[in-house]
Amino acid sequence: MVSELTQFENGFRMSVNALDVENVSVSHNGALAINKISFSVQEGDLLGIVGPNGAGKTTLFRAILGLQTYQGKIKLFGYEGHQYTTLLSMIGYVPQKVNFEPNFPATVYDVVAMGILSKKKLMKGVALIQNHGCCWNRIFSTSSKDYEKIEEALKIVGLESFKDRRISELSGGEQQRAFIAKSLVKEPLLMILDEPVTGVDMDVQNKFYSVLRKINKENKITIVWSSHDLTAISDLATRVACMNRELFFHGEKEEFFANKDMLKTYSESAMQLHMHKHDM
Amino acid sequence: MNLDILSYGFMQRALLTGIVVSITCSMIGLFLVLKRYSLFGDALSHVAFGGIALGFFLNVYPIWTAFAVSVSTALGITKLRKSTKISGDAAIAVLLSSGFAMGVLLISASHGFTIDLFSFLFGSILLTSMQDALLIVAVSCGVIVTLIAIRKPLIHFTFDEEQAKVHGIPVEKLNYLFVALAAVTVIATMRLVGILLISALIVLPNITSIMMGKGFKKTMMISISLSVSAVIAGITISYYFNLAPAGTIVMLMVAMFVGTLIAKHVGMFSRTLHENNLSTVN
Repeated sequence: MVSELTQFENGFRMSVNALDVENVSVSHNGALAINKISFSVQEGDLLGIVGPNGAGKTTLFRAILGLQTYQGKIKLFGYEGHQYTTLLSMIGYVPQKVNFEPNFPATVYDVVAMGILSKKKLMKGVALIQNHGCCWNRIFSTSSKDYEKIEEALKIVGLESFKDRRISELSGGEQQRAFIAKSLVKEPLLMILDEPVTGVDMDVQNKFYSVLRKINKENKITIVWSSHDLTAISDLATRVACMNRELFFHGEKEEFFANKDMLKTYSESAMQLHMHKHDM
Repeated sequence: MNLDILSYGFMQRALLTGIVVSITCSMIGLFLVLKRYSLFGDALSHVAFGGIALGFFLNVYPIWTAFAVSVSTALGITKLRKSTKISGDAAIAVLLSSGFAMGVLLISASHGFTIDLFSFLFGSILLTSMQDALLIVAVSCGVIVTLIAIRKPLIHFTFDEEQAKVHGIPVEKLNYLFVALAAVTVIATMRLVGILLISALIVLPNITSIMMGKGFKKTMMISISLSVSAVIAGITISYYFNLAPAGTIVMLMVAMFVGTLIAKHVGMFSRTLHENNLSTVN
């Protein structure tokens, strides 16, 4: 089934953001983890979020994913409440590390298969976004067989030959690619990647980045991605957000990288946090 | 081989209930082991002991009271864990001691042990009545069908609870259903190996099959095969050599576990658990 443009307003496609974060604050035991953060992500964007450790990036992601209570408003394709929850299952999420039992007897194929959404859920989500005329350029394969979706996702991340190996036998970088494939099989409206290649070598990182570029450009998936790798952000991201409990910057990446003060602020806050951690 | 043992009604009932119960234990046990709830079955069986004692005390069919007490306690402790953040091992300790204490208290109040109560402690598969056999088979089949129906969300939930939640799986409801199924399985297993050996049936076939390095489906099938084989062999051996069936079944499972461990050590399977752990770290 092809999700075509279905709704127009004044002759143009209705403009609905993939994600709207409005004045979102989260506190842990009275201390503010993030403070009044607001930004939007447009369809097709690859938003790179930068900030030092402890800046609240993971907390922000957990709030978006419904895993964390927060104050403020978060909208997914213009929806809140019950419809937001429906669309939540169409978000692909890859955390820094998936904490699974090391001897879990699941092959890579088994793990990717976990990501498949039931046809009912997929149809419900697609119907909701079509109401807003979103994802006009996406094709949702609601009629594909599950194994076809799994094989396709494994191909995208380059793990076809690993499908019968246990997930625990893979290296950290390969595991993260498998988890991206698990997110891809659900045909996500949005992917959230939380420092997905922290602690893996450069070669694996580069392979990972090429997968990221591919799924954004070819599969037309909107991506929100946090990283400390400014070079990768500069290469891949279309827009950048910089935060340290508060949002310092949100805009075009060229503007961010041209702003020496912003880069200096980011480096200093990263260094201060680093020193503070060593002092403790 | 002389198959005259199959001509006895008690043996037919023992084998039928044994096979069905071992399949149920293997299936639910794999999830319990992977969720690091291995001792949950043990704790529930001690609670079931309290339930059995309550049945004798009230002069009610003890299996019903065991069902009621075990399921309600399993759900209650899950709720308590969630609301008070009590750790899993502490919750199991509370279950173990309180369940057994309740049983001991009720036994003392009803002036001593009975042979029936003793049979629940150590198993009495060969003494299973038709009423018990029908109930056990019906309940076990119910658990098996439910597990098959919820297998996909349950596997996802067992692999990573947070990811399952994001995927839209109602993890809290699923968890309550899962612990209720585990409680029901424990009651169904009591007649086979007794309260004191139930956790062996839940844990041993599964940790043995996990060592063989296969995917989820194959691991579950291997676990079921090992468990069913041990039960059939155990009941048969105990009949011919006049041994306790529960102990024979569990010792056969221990032998399978040790044999697999040795086979793995000498390299009969592709990778070791240690290697798996190392590759996860790297």
